[in-house]
Amino acid sequence: MLTYLVRRLALAAVTTATVVSLTFALVHLAPGAPFLAGAEGRFVPPETVARQRRSFGLDQPLGTQFVRYWANLARGDLGESFSRRRPVADVLGYALPNTLLLGGAALVLSLVFGIGLGIAQATRAGTWADTTLGALSLALYSVPSFWLALMLLLVFGEWLRWLPLTGMSAAIGAPATWAGRTLDVLRHLVLPALTLALVNGAAIARFHRTAMIEALGADFIRAARGRGLHEGRVVLRHALRSALAPAITLAGLSVPALLTGSVLVESVFGWPGMGRVAYEAIFSRDYNVITAVAVVAGVLVALGNLLADVGVAWADPRVRRT
Amino acid sequence: MSRLRGLWARFRARRVAVVGLVVVVLLAVAALGAPLFAPADPLAQPDPVALQNRPPSPEHPLGTDRFSRDVMSRLLYGARVSLGIGAAAALLAAVIGAGVGIAAGLGSPLVDQLLMRGVDVALALPRVFLLLLVLALWEGAPAGVVIVLLAVTGWFPTSRVVRALVRRLREAEFVQAARALGTGRWGLVRRHLLPHLAPTVIVAATLDVGNIILLESGLSYLGLGVRPPAPSWGNMILDGKDQLFGTPWVAAAPGLALLVTVVAFNLLGDGLQDALDPRRER
Amino acid sequence: MSDPRDAPSSGATPGAGGAAPGAPLLEIADLRVTFATGDGVARAVDGVDLVVQAGETVGLVGESGCGKSVTALAVLRLVEHPGHIAHGSRVRFEGRDLLALADRDIRAVRGNHLALIFQEPATALNPVLTIGSQIAEVIRTHQHGSRAEAKRRAVEMLRTVGIPDAEQRADGYAHQLSGGMRQRVLIAIALACRPHLVIADEPTTALDVTIQAEILELLDGLQRQMGMAVLLITHNLGLVAERTRRVYVMYAGQLVEEAGTEALFSAPLHPYTQGLMAAVPRLDQLRERLAAIPGQVPPATAWPGGCRFHPRCPFAFDRCRAEMPPLLECGEGRKARCWLVEERASEHADARTSEPADERTHDGRRGSESRSL
Repeated sequence: MLTYLVRRLALAAVTTATVVSLTFALVHLAPGAPFLAGAEGRFVPPETVARQRRSFGLDQPLGTQFVRYWANLARGDLGESFSRRRPVADVLGYALPNTLLLGGAALVLSLVFGIGLGIAQATRAGTWADTTLGALSLALYSVPSFWLALMLLLVFGEWLRWLPLTGMSAAIGAPATWAGRTLDVLRHLVLPALTLALVNGAAIARFHRTAMIEALGADFIRAARGRGLHEGRVVLRHALRSALAPAITLAGLSVPALLTGSVLVESVFGWPGMGRVAYEAIFSRDYNVITAVAVVAGVLVALGNLLADVGVAWADPRVRRT
Repeated sequence: MSRLRGLWARFRARRVAVVGLVVVVLLAVAALGAPLFAPADPLAQPDPVALQNRPPSPEHPLGTDRFSRDVMSRLLYGARVSLGIGAAAALLAAVIGAGVGIAAGLGSPLVDQLLMRGVDVALALPRVFLLLLVLALWEGAPAGVVIVLLAVTGWFPTSRVVRALVRRLREAEFVQAARALGTGRWGLVRRHLLPHLAPTVIVAATLDVGNIILLESGLSYLGLGVRPPAPSWGNMILDGKDQLFGTPWVAAAPGLALLVTVVAFNLLGDGLQDALDPRRER
Repeated sequence: MSDPRDAPSSGATPGAGGAAPGAPLLEIADLRVTFATGDGVARAVDGVDLVVQAGETVGLVGESGCGKSVTALAVLRLVEHPGHIAHGSRVRFEGRDLLALADRDIRAVRGNHLALIFQEPATALNPVLTIGSQIAEVIRTHQHGSRAEAKRRAVEMLRTVGIPDAEQRADGYAHQLSGGMRQRVLIAIALACRPHLVIADEPTTALDVTIQAEILELLDGLQRQMGMAVLLITHNLGLVAERTRRVYVMYAGQLVEEAGTEALFSAPLHPYTQGLMAAVPRLDQLRERLAAIPGQVPPATAWPGGCRFHPRCPFAFDRCRAEMPPLLECGEGRKARCWLVEERASEHADARTSEPADERTHDGRRGSESRSL
């Protein structure tokens, strides 16, 4: 088990390094300069540009910059954001927890939704209920997440006015108590998390349904019924446990999807997370932020895969001996 | 030939798969025939003041957007973009993936390990992030570039599947026999392996189209894919989102079109998968 | 050493349950199970009558495809779609018809008073739950007790079935055990609540020959200890010869012969039984070829007309093709479904009966259905 973990960590490190290097290369080799982005760029005199470049060390050869970046990274220094004039760590420090909150909520909800839907379909396999639920899951799986977000916003934010429209918390009239503020954030969290959860959950449901049907057809299920166990127990304890592995793997694999899906969803709902930061950084050619986001993305993906592996090992003891 | 007929019979047996095929064909017809079917020029802005944001009417079956352009026409022309890019990128990804998979499957253990470890790392890369990055840095990238980028970031799963298949087939008798007869590598691939790989690759590519269409629409929504004024379903939604509450159909129509298209491709892909492997549990 | 096939002679009558004294523990009457398949309706079990007394060991023998496993499943109502137990069937266990019980009541019987040991130890255990928890689960379902108590008894059961390091094994998983060990675990689960009847469906078929003997010894010993009845389902005549008191022979969904074990083996009446015995290789006979019954078991969707065995029977004559023989009584508790034994059956009927003359047809033959014992 230990060697397995070590191997996974090594893979994660290599992947992150690749992402960072690729990002670095792409960003620095692309045409256009960091300080000329946007309309104001045209009016900046060349001497100012040159001075900025020097102060950020951008006039050095690319190789040196690369090495310097890694050295800084080892020290925990992510550099400074060009456009915001703040340490990158600050910028990320503000946005990352918001994305983790959204991503975490979406992950949990998608697992609950996906596994629940999979079970509901599997126990009714072949009936019209199964077909209907299957159609629902297919539609959710095929819908563009940002469009779903917009439609949900339209229905629940505008037509029904149940939920707020944008942001992570009320801009004006913020509640005073901690409980009030938490509730406010939660209200803002519902739509974005729901959007992500529905799309991802549908993908999980599709796999889980098959896994559950297979599990329910196994000999040990009939044997369990033959011992007088209640059907609910048979389904939930015996069948579900043995069918969890693929769902968990998929959940782990959907971490990157959640991260990137959050770019779109965060943009629709104005959620102040990493997606927004990445988007703005890319457009303003804020190299340090972009690269830092790449690092974080790489790490999160690796963590997601690792968690998925651990989860699968928990769910299926047969895997543990490798 | 009879194998194809058997495949077709099995495919036909699943009604939903046939529905998927029919819808895909209809979409292709609509896209190709856009000039014929469109009520107006998708780029024309006849009357930006009076005709903007009008609800559906006989002249404009899906209304107009904020630039007074006919939504229906834009939808039809947008189909060309989405379907075109989707199909092209999926095809390209399938070719690259199959190529790498065959190379890894037939190659020496060293080549195999190298390629597959590379694929492992590549699979862990955040695809959308990289696409965003490149497309944002390369302003005004032409559609061809988008297609290539989508393909280049998406061939990895196919290569894995193909490699596994090739490894299995390698040990099969008919391959041994062909080798004993002196068939060269290329001939081996062409005559013996490809017919066996084709079904799997086709299924993978079909199921991929849906994904790619969604990706492209997402990129367009962020302003990075097909740039306005050329219509793409993604950038139509972007256009419509500002007026979402007032004139929802501008954003709703392309989204529905996307939904229907991706569902159709998924149904088609699932149907093909079932037809090729009837043992699979559904 | 007491014969495992006899009911225990001690005063206690374990397993009598709610049945009237002297009444059979299990009584299957006219069991019919059909399956709806793409090729038509398969009549897997077609009118089976079977009795097991408290404490006795009874064998049910037949080739694969004859319906014996389905019979076992039907007893506990474990037949699933597209299988269907026909309405006229009755399965009386300890005085109650299992087929008519409410869900909750049949669950209370399963694993508790009546246990089923499945055929494939490799797949009958849940791979993701610990062994101990699967045994404890049965105990806690039927006998209320604490988790700790159930765990303790689970470990005890593991020891009883002869698994070394029972404590550690209880926390382990099925994939860590060999086939023989897994079968022992299945036995442990089945016996955990001291059932009155155990139906063992091919308990040793999937195991090595050397392990088979061990498992059977184990079963015997436990049966003696706990005084339970056993219905042993198998295609292996050797098992049946040694360990059962009575045997039922099944073919094509029906019983074709029924007799005490010794009587059956010394003089089988039905040609199918004779064929089965002749097919077993024996060391005390010189033979050049193994005698096999010609032909194959027909598909359950298309049983032959008349006697179902007639296409493969060396003695078939016209009547066999035209008319299905009923189970004819042949004296000494024997029955056979064959026109050949009709003579003997009618002699027996004559000798036994005090029926009025006009109930017999004039040539002395009478197609009587079997009377219950």
